[in-house]
Amino acid sequence: MVVRALKDEGVQYIYGYPGGSLLHVYDALFQQEDVQHILVRHEQAATHMADAYARATGKAGVALVTSGPGATNAVTGIATAFMDSIPMVVITGQVMSHLIGEDAFQETDMLGISRPVVKHNFSVQRPEDIPAIVRKAFHIAESGRPGPVVIDLPKDMTTPTERYPYEYPKQVKMRSYTPITRGHTGQIKKATDLLLNAKRPVIYSGGGVIMGDASEQLTELARLLNFPVTNTLMGLGGYPGTDRQFIGMLGMHGSYEANMAMHHADLILAVGARFDDRVTNATDKFCPTAKIVHIDIDPASISKTVQADIPIVGPAKVVLDEMAQLVKNSKKQPDADALKAWWQQIDEWRQRHGGRYRTDDSELMKPQQVIEMLSLVTNGDAFVTSDVGQHQMFAAQYYKFNKPNRWINSGGLGTMGFGLPAAMGVKMNFPDADVACVTGEGSIQMNIQELSTCKQYDLPVKILCLNNQSLGMVRQWQDMNYESRHSQSYMQSLPDFVKLVESYGHVGMKVDKYSDLEGAMREAFALKDRLVFMDIAVDPFEHVYPMQVPRGSMRDMWLTKTERT
Amino acid sequence: MRHIISVLMENEPGALSRVVGLFSQRNYNIESLTVAPTEDATLSRLTVTTIGNDRVVEQITKQLNKLIDVVKVVDLSEGDHIEREVMMIKLKASGQMRAEIKRTCDIFRGQIIDVTPTTYTVQLVGASDKLDAFISALGSASIMEVVRSGVCGIARGEKVLSL
Repeated sequence: MVVRALKDEGVQYIYGYPGGSLLHVYDALFQQEDVQHILVRHEQAATHMADAYARATGKAGVALVTSGPGATNAVTGIATAFMDSIPMVVITGQVMSHLIGEDAFQETDMLGISRPVVKHNFSVQRPEDIPAIVRKAFHIAESGRPGPVVIDLPKDMTTPTERYPYEYPKQVKMRSYTPITRGHTGQIKKATDLLLNAKRPVIYSGGGVIMGDASEQLTELARLLNFPVTNTLMGLGGYPGTDRQFIGMLGMHGSYEANMAMHHADLILAVGARFDDRVTNATDKFCPTAKIVHIDIDPASISKTVQADIPIVGPAKVVLDEMAQLVKNSKKQPDADALKAWWQQIDEWRQRHGGRYRTDDSELMKPQQVIEMLSLVTNGDAFVTSDVGQHQMFAAQYYKFNKPNRWINSGGLGTMGFGLPAAMGVKMNFPDADVACVTGEGSIQMNIQELSTCKQYDLPVKILCLNNQSLGMVRQWQDMNYESRHSQSYMQSLPDFVKLVESYGHVGMKVDKYSDLEGAMREAFALKDRLVFMDIAVDPFEHVYPMQVPRGSMRDMWLTKTERT
Repeated sequence: MRHIISVLMENEPGALSRVVGLFSQRNYNIESLTVAPTEDATLSRLTVTTIGNDRVVEQITKQLNKLIDVVKVVDLSEGDHIEREVMMIKLKASGQMRAEIKRTCDIFRGQIIDVTPTTYTVQLVGASDKLDAFISALGSASIMEVVRSGVCGIARGEKVLSL
């Protein structure tokens, strides 16, 4: 029943790891060909693969893990998807119903454990409910503000000798769950009036634009209005990264011009973004002169940390489209003179910092150079997944994403170990696309066992390991706040990554000099059918800048190790 | 400020734990909590009293609304409403105290629902502050045990919380 329901849901791949409580399900998988199972080496990787599939396609990914340790290993992946509002269905095995609560072998209360990190969870109580529960799980995961849904499946719900009537419901109706489908017209009108009167506007867009498939609408509206656009870490690619109106990422490691523009703005149009603490810095000093229009599908995201002047609850795509129509049909035009002055100011800020970093004469590479090279070699068109830390911020700052759904990272939870399985999940579903995993020697070792899965399923991703022999972001904070006491932030006893990946049957490259970088990278991407691991030695003392000063306003930033605003 | 939030939700296993979990997860406090099925057995009505400023309470109602099992949420304190709580209180009652307790009980319109030669058990219904007042009127010396139901509330007039 489970496998048949997944097939009826149109699922092609599921990622998982078998175990006692799921043996009936795995036996059913064995006897059909429609739903293909991908065997990972650790359950966390299964959830990240499913998650990355969802990030790249907008459709829910599916993971299947056994009870007890299988389920608990999946929790980090579920929480990662939850924090970034990613649709995912995770089926966890469970011990027989009559054993639940008796501390049976490999029993864990998965409903309880997963509750704070899921959009919803189900426990199957009767086998005949399986089709309806699966349908509901996908519906809940994918609609409204998306999120992960867990289905806990006791082993006796899948006994193959018992037969039940099967009917897969076409539609779901839940009286307690009706996702909103459009915004309030009056509010949209009011907001549009504000847009047309703005003198120093900024559009601040987030992951909601990516998952809400609204980047086309956002781009249209921004161009109609000639407003500057900044993206959150989750929102990169929502507006073309090489466009003149794009002023970079904002927030803790945002661009100088984006943070300055936010601080001085008189109007902020926030779309599918949640005023996260890594964006706003101190909320009491946040954007003191701005009126805030906030579009979000989740009413709870509006006025949660920063009060919105005009809240609009609705899907970004529909609301932005309605706004663009109003702007087109309006007699009033945006204030061209004010905008000209505003753009002059922004361009001045751009000149002042504009994503500069210092290279010195030594051959030691700067991590930023590696990302710029990646952007060049792949024409800004690759899927880029990342782990967490300095390399993640450099990738976000220096890779120019022109399309949505191409930048795949764990923004909310900040999960080290995400990058490689995420790259695998993308590659599996986009076999012809370039997929690069930007990682560090710390993060990659958190899920490095998946190199084996890559071999088994022939997943030729490119891994760029920015090797600075330290947990760079931890070290940076220790440099800045703890007088450079590098407590546990070095990485000793690193493996020879080249030999390691070769032992898995992949290609390894070591790059020590900038002069070798371009050639090596082009060679790596030319090897279309091989996984290539590039172990790239970068400057271990480099910091990520700009960096906002803690508890300051948006404009309070360190620009280099010695220079601040 | 104290708020009384009424929640109508699916009467399903796990639904209550989601509500309670939400409060601890998001660092909201629960002063009291009552829950029971309604006349429609598929629905439960839950009443929670909490203390917080308007912004916190707005977040609480929004977050409650997000729970898939929750059908409707209303903050009763926003309008005219009636609140009641039941208390049963077991008191040492011997000698002169028996008459004294009986008098106080009458003043508060309480009922003595269980009697032994040395104890009274009093039932009292009212708003929470009335129950508090009764306890302080008694003086703590004679109290053996107190059990309170937590607040339940309903809007005045035509307003209803239903499907």
